[in-house]
Amino acid sequence: MIALTELTVLRHNPLVDPTLHVWQWQIPIYLFLGGLVAGLMIIAGVRLIAIRPKQREALVCCTIGPLVGLAFLSLGMLVLFLDLSHKLFVWRLYTTFQVTSPMSWGSWILLLVYPALLGNALAHLPEAIPALANRFPVLVTWSDFILERERLVLAIGIANVLVGIALGIYTGILLGTLGARPLWNSALLGPLFLFSGLSNAAAVLHGILVVTTPDEERPAFADFLLSSLARLVKARPLDKKVAPVLAGADNSFLTIELCLLCLFLIGQSSSTGAHQQAAGLLLTGSYAAAFFVFVIGLGILLPLVLQTLELNKRIQRTLAPAMLVVFGGLALRFILVFAGQESHWFQALN
Amino acid sequence: MSRYVMVIDTRRCVGCHDCVVACKTENGVPEGYSRDWIVEEAHGKYPTVQLELRSDRCNHCDNPPCVSCCPTGASHVHERGGVVLVTHDKCIGCKACLAACPYDARFIHPDGYADKCTFCIHRVEVGLDPACVSVCPTHCMHFGDIGDPQSEVSQLLNSRPHHTLIPEAGTKPCIFYLT
Repeated sequence: MIALTELTVLRHNPLVDPTLHVWQWQIPIYLFLGGLVAGLMIIAGVRLIAIRPKQREALVCCTIGPLVGLAFLSLGMLVLFLDLSHKLFVWRLYTTFQVTSPMSWGSWILLLVYPALLGNALAHLPEAIPALANRFPVLVTWSDFILERERLVLAIGIANVLVGIALGIYTGILLGTLGARPLWNSALLGPLFLFSGLSNAAAVLHGILVVTTPDEERPAFADFLLSSLARLVKARPLDKKVAPVLAGADNSFLTIELCLLCLFLIGQSSSTGAHQQAAGLLLTGSYAAAFFVFVIGLGILLPLVLQTLELNKRIQRTLAPAMLVVFGGLALRFILVFAGQESHWFQALN
Repeated sequence: MSRYVMVIDTRRCVGCHDCVVACKTENGVPEGYSRDWIVEEAHGKYPTVQLELRSDRCNHCDNPPCVSCCPTGASHVHERGGVVLVTHDKCIGCKACLAACPYDARFIHPDGYADKCTFCIHRVEVGLDPACVSVCPTHCMHFGDIGDPQSEVSQLLNSRPHHTLIPEAGTKPCIFYLT
């Protein structure tokens, strides 16, 4: 006969019972977009610092990256706003700074992201979108103002890297500090989400380069679908050299992400009973199939193999690895947010 | 400095839900929501199975994770008795406090803000017991200041074995269950 502990909770509060499900699709998408923007900032910042002698030649990383980042960040803040249940009071976030609250840190970090990204994008906007510069000549003035001052370029680059790291880690720490949910209660979520965001950003930039590089063998339907993007961005010789660097960097980020995921699961599996049961949700439980197929298999291992083959020129460059990496990053956030809400200290009693 | 706690005698509780009804009536808790509730916990090996009935609610922790994670300061510790409260017009409804509470004691009020047990602070401030304590037909619930060694709650805790919920979560809960 097995000894049991059986809890019957005579309560049915909406969003709380039978298991917590207060955060729906909005939060995983917000965390994904936040990580992606963080990665775009870091890559654009590093690139801005690295190409200072050839400032007029940068394009995708230094201009399109930050512009895409601004759009994604705004979209992320919109979905975050949609998640709030007391929306009219959102302004309260900016009347205080709560030092122990990761969400308070995040809301102020998000305010720093906009000027950093904007400065990075403005530096090269006239070359990236000449039509816009012709319509608004002040953009050329601002670009010249920035590029004529090497220290300012350096400051914008460093600001992008530092704020990007803070934003990327924040998206993980936001969950990691919630000790009531054993699955989230790991400091490794910070670096895990940072490197996942970096790999997503490298994949997005790599994807943009793949579709904007002229390719006679590309199927007509792909050209049709991507024509608007391709018209806006045209890869230059310097950018073409960046493509394999981005693919290589993405492979490194994916490898680090895989190692961090392993360490995260080892940590959970060797901790308390509640943490072991939480890890079981991903390893053998209801989320295991989705986790291993969508995150580990399709999101990390397959793009690693494809990008390695591309770098060795064994197969042609395609959008497939970039799309898989982005899909894997999104799946990671969805699975961790939903499985985390199901994990609970009370389960360890059973 | 006063520190309000609740002591619940699980040997006297019969799970009648009077405390739940009293709370809903006193605080106007919306239909379908509960600030307090009854839990039946059976444990052991047949035939020596034990059943513990108890009335659960916010534990008004000494180390409240719902307060430390709140981005606006809406969740706060009241100056009187360390009671954990929510200022409704500061709450943005981000739900971080719901995710941070290991007892799942909070919920989102239909008006959008996070809501929970207040220890009926409006009654306590005028010298009354919380509504749930005052209506309990078996007198299994006791409320008072643990900082006062002469208080009923201090004497009960000194004389009877007791436990708290999920102490391993490190929140230092202030609801004690006599066993």
